[in-house]
Amino acid sequence: MMFLEAKRVVKKYANHLALNEVDLQVPANSIYGLLGPNGAGKTTLIRIINQITGPDSGEIIFNGRTLQSNDVQRIGYLPEERGLYKKMKVGEQAIYLARMKGLSRHDAIKKLKYWFEKFEIQPWWDKKVEELSKGMQQKIQFVVTVLHEPELLIFDEPFSGFDPINANLLKQEILQLKENGATILFSTHNMGSVEELCDHITLINQSKTILNGQIDQIRQNYKDNLIKLDFIGDANVISAKLKDNFAIENFEKVNGHQTAFVKMLHDSTINSLINEVINDIEIVGLQEVLPTMNDIFIKVVEQSNLSKTQK
Amino acid sequence: MSKISLIIQREYITRVKKKSFIVMTIIGPILFAAMMVLPGWFASMEDTESKNIAVIDQTGKYNKRIKDTEYLKFSWLNQQDAGTIAQDYQDKGYTAYLVIEDDLLQKPDAAKIYSESQITIDVKDHIARNLEKYLENEKLNSYQIDGLDAIIKDIHSVDIKLKTIKLSEDGSEKESSTELVMIAAIIFAMMIYMFVLIYGMQVMRGIMEEKVSRIVEVIVSSVKPFQLMMGKIIGIALVALTQFMLWVILTVSIVSVLHAVFASDASTFTANNQVEMLGATGGQPTDAQVSEFAAGFNNIIDKVLSLDLIGSLVLFVFYFLGGYLLYASLFAAIGAALDNEADSQQFVMPVMMPLILSIYVAMAAFRNPTGDIAVWFSMIPFTSPVVMMARIPFQPPIWQIIVSMLLLIGTFILTTWFAGRIYRTGILMYGKKVSYKELWKWFKYSGR
Repeated sequence: MMFLEAKRVVKKYANHLALNEVDLQVPANSIYGLLGPNGAGKTTLIRIINQITGPDSGEIIFNGRTLQSNDVQRIGYLPEERGLYKKMKVGEQAIYLARMKGLSRHDAIKKLKYWFEKFEIQPWWDKKVEELSKGMQQKIQFVVTVLHEPELLIFDEPFSGFDPINANLLKQEILQLKENGATILFSTHNMGSVEELCDHITLINQSKTILNGQIDQIRQNYKDNLIKLDFIGDANVISAKLKDNFAIENFEKVNGHQTAFVKMLHDSTINSLINEVINDIEIVGLQEVLPTMNDIFIKVVEQSNLSKTQK
Repeated sequence: MSKISLIIQREYITRVKKKSFIVMTIIGPILFAAMMVLPGWFASMEDTESKNIAVIDQTGKYNKRIKDTEYLKFSWLNQQDAGTIAQDYQDKGYTAYLVIEDDLLQKPDAAKIYSESQITIDVKDHIARNLEKYLENEKLNSYQIDGLDAIIKDIHSVDIKLKTIKLSEDGSEKESSTELVMIAAIIFAMMIYMFVLIYGMQVMRGIMEEKVSRIVEVIVSSVKPFQLMMGKIIGIALVALTQFMLWVILTVSIVSVLHAVFASDASTFTANNQVEMLGATGGQPTDAQVSEFAAGFNNIIDKVLSLDLIGSLVLFVFYFLGGYLLYASLFAAIGAALDNEADSQQFVMPVMMPLILSIYVAMAAFRNPTGDIAVWFSMIPFTSPVVMMARIPFQPPIWQIIVSMLLLIGTFILTTWFAGRIYRTGILMYGKKVSYKELWKWFKYSGR
């Protein structure tokens, strides 16, 4: 079942088209990546889902019905550009923001206690925000975003500004949230984290969706039939053997063995590759190389830009 | 609890807890109380230190022509002492010495007073006045007119004391003080101006702060931008009203405590009746200073009470709120449009212009509260809060007040609506060079 859907969403600004009939289908209890180059329209779409701005046409379906204004209490939003009231104390501010999401003061304090203990940040409670480092502020911001246990979480570039340790902590938390039943939509430029976390993605470029689907499926679709073959033996022998139906892209010497990147041509399969070489070398490892999301991103976006300029 | 009230609460509490608010709240009433007390105090503050002044009259024409007073004694020295006086006047107990070198009718600057410490203006005036009077008489006598003294006495007996009596609606008469009404008008007008400006600017800064710190996006994901804007405007209005109410309450309490103190002061010193009675307090004050002070002070209080204070306060609150809502919404639009204060000047100035103009018009209104300028500008909503408040103590016609109020209400609804549209687009717009054209675009765009 789809938890969140965008249907043919159009948003025009005074002098440009930010979203051009963009569709989005976010399955319940999944982690969904919203990708795209800078200025593609991701933040605009996120703002429309958060009802910060309205679409010019199209609609947002939330949990099976049209998005309503009190749904904001069921959404947690961590914007890309985030900040807190600098002069306000951490605890006071967290309570305020939680109450804005509909929690009672009592519940807010109880839940904040839990999170502050979990992140070991209780000593910050009475500090002013301006006394905290940027990383610390980000943590507070994260806590405030998830505090009211929203069913839909939207993170816009959640990892920017975090050091690797805290970024990892954040990843764990996101996975934990999913396990607890939340649906997560996040936008990022960090493709590594997309591969690690996302089940589905949508790629937006120049206001239009140019790619979407399950991440494994996409990587299968964009694979180059490249095999990584680790072996011990004579490299020349296998290059001779494989010259008809395969192309060897690269040889590398790794401690004790060699690695060949072999592209399968024609209708050759992994089995046929093994058959060709099995008698000449000792195979240490064999693995199909799937393209990284980074590669796919660059490839798809460049193609789309090219086709646009050709038109 | 509804979200807008949460916003109002936050705006209110964070501001009321600020040191600057507390300091202003305490200092304000002290200043106001001082404004009532000081005139009475100054009146009683005469130079009471006894001073001996040596006079060396080289012409010999003016002997004893300067009269001694309670505190000022003049010693007319012989010519022989003149040589040494410069060295030993202090040893001989003189504060200063006066030298008259020549005939003052021929050489008006021939009198000089020497002293180590500065001579007070009272002393100087006393000497000059006495000498002038003597010389005037000398001159008059030189004309040799018969019965001159009688004529002069007759001339001086002309004295008009114009009393201003205010007729109230029930036909009763109250003695009013034109000066005091004018002072009240000035205070009202300045206070409105100050409150609208200070708190209007606070709205702008608060919105800019939210925008620059980027918290605004988190908040508008919970509430509508218009609610956030109105929450801030209302919250700050409540801060202003709190400050104003505290000022009124504290001023009234300080003044009434002083009133009580001086009233009792004035009646305890009834033992010896030497000084003329100063009726204002009802007692028979004798200690000249305290009673004079108390009388002056109590006199001011009585006159203040003769103004319609409650009515004025109600109107003050109305015009403050009206003017504040009008200007605060415009300041809110500016705050939302910009991301740093440095750029704000080109937008703040045009908004402030009518406010500054209204102060100038109010100055005219103090003098001529029913003149065309005062009447017109007390109707125009952008200037009416200040100008109408300047006219209130002079009791303008009720219909004028009502028209001006309705226009003000209509206008602030309009400006709030206008500001809401700009605000909605502006708060999420960063790094853009904002021009009036751009603002107009946002305004039109938000309408869709």
